[in-house]
Amino acid sequence: MNIVVCIKQVPDTTDVKIDKKNNTLIRSGVKSIINPYDVHAIETGLQIRDELGGKVTVISMGPPQVKESLKEAVSLGVDEVVLISDRAFAGADTLATSYTLAKTIEKIGEVDLILCGKQAIDGDTAQVGPGIAEHLAIPHCTYIKNITEITEKSITVQRKIEGGFEIVKLQLPALLTVNKEINEPRLPSIRGILKAKEIDVPVWTANDLVLDKAAIGLDGSPTQVVSIATPEINIKGDIFKGTPEEQVNNLVKIFCEQQILG
Amino acid sequence: EKEEKTKDFSDYKNVWVFGEQREGDLNSVVHELVGQGRRLANKLKENLSVILPGYQNIAQAKELINYGVDKVYLIDKKELAEYNDEYYTYVMAELIKKYNPSIVLMGATTIGRSLGPRVAARIKTGLTADCTSLDIDDKSKILLQTRPAFGGNIMATIVCKNHRPQMATVRPGVMKAAEKRENYEGIISKEDLDLSKVILKTEVIDIVREIEDSINIAEADIIVSGGRGVGSGENFNLIRELADTLGGAVGASRAAVDSGWISHDHQVGQTGTTVAPRIYIACGISGAVQHLVGMKSSDIIIAINKDPGASIFNYATYGLVGDLFKIIPLLIEQLKSGATIKESAASFEK
Ligand SMILES: Cc1cc2nc3c(=O)[nH]c(=O)nc-3n(C[C@H](O)[C@H](O)[C@H](O)COP(=O)(O)OP(=O)(O)OC[C@H]3O[C@@H](n4cnc5c(N)ncnc54)[C@H](O)[C@@H]3O)c2cc1C
Ligand SMILES: Cc1cc2nc3c(=O)[nH]c(=O)nc-3n(C[C@H](O)[C@H](O)[C@H](O)COP(=O)(O)OP(=O)(O)OC[C@H]3O[C@@H](n4cnc5c(N)ncnc54)[C@H](O)[C@@H]3O)c2cc1C
Repeated sequence: MNIVVCIKQVPDTTDVKIDKKNNTLIRSGVKSIINPYDVHAIETGLQIRDELGGKVTVISMGPPQVKESLKEAVSLGVDEVVLISDRAFAGADTLATSYTLAKTIEKIGEVDLILCGKQAIDGDTAQVGPGIAEHLAIPHCTYIKNITEITEKSITVQRKIEGGFEIVKLQLPALLTVNKEINEPRLPSIRGILKAKEIDVPVWTANDLVLDKAAIGLDGSPTQVVSIATPEINIKGDIFKGTPEEQVNNLVKIFCEQQILG
Repeated sequence: EKEEKTKDFSDYKNVWVFGEQREGDLNSVVHELVGQGRRLANKLKENLSVILPGYQNIAQAKELINYGVDKVYLIDKKELAEYNDEYYTYVMAELIKKYNPSIVLMGATTIGRSLGPRVAARIKTGLTADCTSLDIDDKSKILLQTRPAFGGNIMATIVCKNHRPQMATVRPGVMKAAEKRENYEGIISKEDLDLSKVILKTEVIDIVREIEDSINIAEADIIVSGGRGVGSGENFNLIRELADTLGGAVGASRAAVDSGWISHDHQVGQTGTTVAPRIYIACGISGAVQHLVGMKSSDIIIAINKDPGASIFNYATYGLVGDLFKIIPLLIEQLKSGATIKESAASFEK
């Protein structure tokens, strides 16, 4: 089984602060981690490989410091890693990101299974996984909480939906995005840590991939973030006064007015 | 690509809503999208349409017209009875290519968040995720799409200037639902698409309904948490009842977990789970920093505590000061009764 896992390096969100003067994100001094859901995607890949043989390649698009996250993946026992990094990729939205990752996967070639996290904890869109699958013209399935069967030709999964789950069978090659409940990630092994120390992470640039340069980076991104603000909510709270009945009525009234309960 | 500014999108018109259904029931988000879509369409002086793929769904189409929809594109096929990414992507992409809408809205549900990115990638346009507010820029007539990111810590406004349609998934429960109008004049247009062109590679084998108690708090939309103030394991049934009434999950502070009232799976905070639901209700929780780090990104925080000086109130969107054993039963009662508000108590004493 030839497996590719896509990981994103993200800031440790509880540390994210906003510069209230300029409404920009303060990124300096913020620790970077592998997107928490992606750690579960790596574990999924490793478990399948350990059972069926094959190899796990972890890829990530981002600036040079993402090498650290890829080394962490090596310490967990993955076989290969690739950093996709080039100024030309900067400013990519989910369409351009998924296109670039799809082109990377095409270059790796003969891939049976692609694994992503449910969503990234910074961008929070959950759009990159299905986007990659579309660019590669393969099936996908989101919010996977369990894999019940895997053969050379197909994979059967449990997909979480509102109020339950679906059991879906996909022909391979396919792409899955995984929830945290799918598994308990392993810790790095001593052998892995030693391997990670020695590895020289390969970097692919735009020139290493066969792609349409108009479809990558900022130019290839239809969406644009035009402003960022801290939400007003949680800043000034309404503390109700009066009897319990009055307070409850006030709360329910706000629920109704603002359509908070749907 | 500076010349893109001059792109002419005059061929792209009308606001579309994806009519999500499961087992023949329209998702309630569709009515919210129709409500919001109507406002956008009015501002643009364009029409509002719903795309309705399904099976034997003509009655749904007729009903939708009554909510102020100008046109329902009806795709009635056996293959579309249940949601399937491949068929539905094909249907949406083909109709978009045929009719060139200017805006396409879907619910940010498990279906919408799977279908949306697939369709956007096929027709190569932008998609803004999980929006909580939408508006039209007065001058440029571009769709302004606002959404939370970084776990709700920031709100970003996003535009899709140079591509059409402008696509967005919209968080359920945020927009005001459309109201019923009598005798609204709309039309139903039957679309015949040849689905045999789609070579299916996925198959839904079964759909399993679950009782929500096993819900993973990390992914819950609404969480009701209890702390030391709840007092005993038995009293936690009150927290459970409120959570059930709201369709949410049960959380807890470490003090409650350490007292053995509830299992560690429910613990929110530094040594438990980090959560960011739409609504977090903290009952009898003081607001220690180790608890706050695990829930402060929630969209709406409601605190119920008898101590007005409890630090949880500094983080609360809404605070109720009093005995939780009085407040929660009243709240449950009100919610269950369909939330009819007594005139007498509607006055604020702020
Ligand atoms: C505030 C803000 C809001 C944004 N809103 C939007 C928006 O609404 N629409 C839009 O198109 N873009 C948006 N973007 C841009 C978007 O965040 C980036 O394109 C980002 O690179 C990917 O999206 P994501 O973080 O949401 O990832 P998700 O789609 O949530 O990530 C899902 C999975 O895809 C994989 N993955 C994601 N990124 C990478 C990567 N770089 N390398 C390898 N694997 C990866 C991981 O497995 C991850 O778990 C926004 C950016 C910001 C800063
Ligand atoms: C390293 C470390 C890690 C920790 N990790 C976590 C963690 O992950 N999660 C976590 O929660 N804590 C954690 N803690 C513990 C944390 O410091 C607090 O001790 C804990 O959160 C307190 O729980 P509490 O708010 O339920 O209890 P208390 O602080 O005792 O607060 C009880 C509250 O209930 C109110 N109350 C009492 N009776 C009523 C009533 N009838 N009606 C209404 N209100 C009432 C009181 O006014 C009071 O505010 C951690 C601590 C350390 C040192």
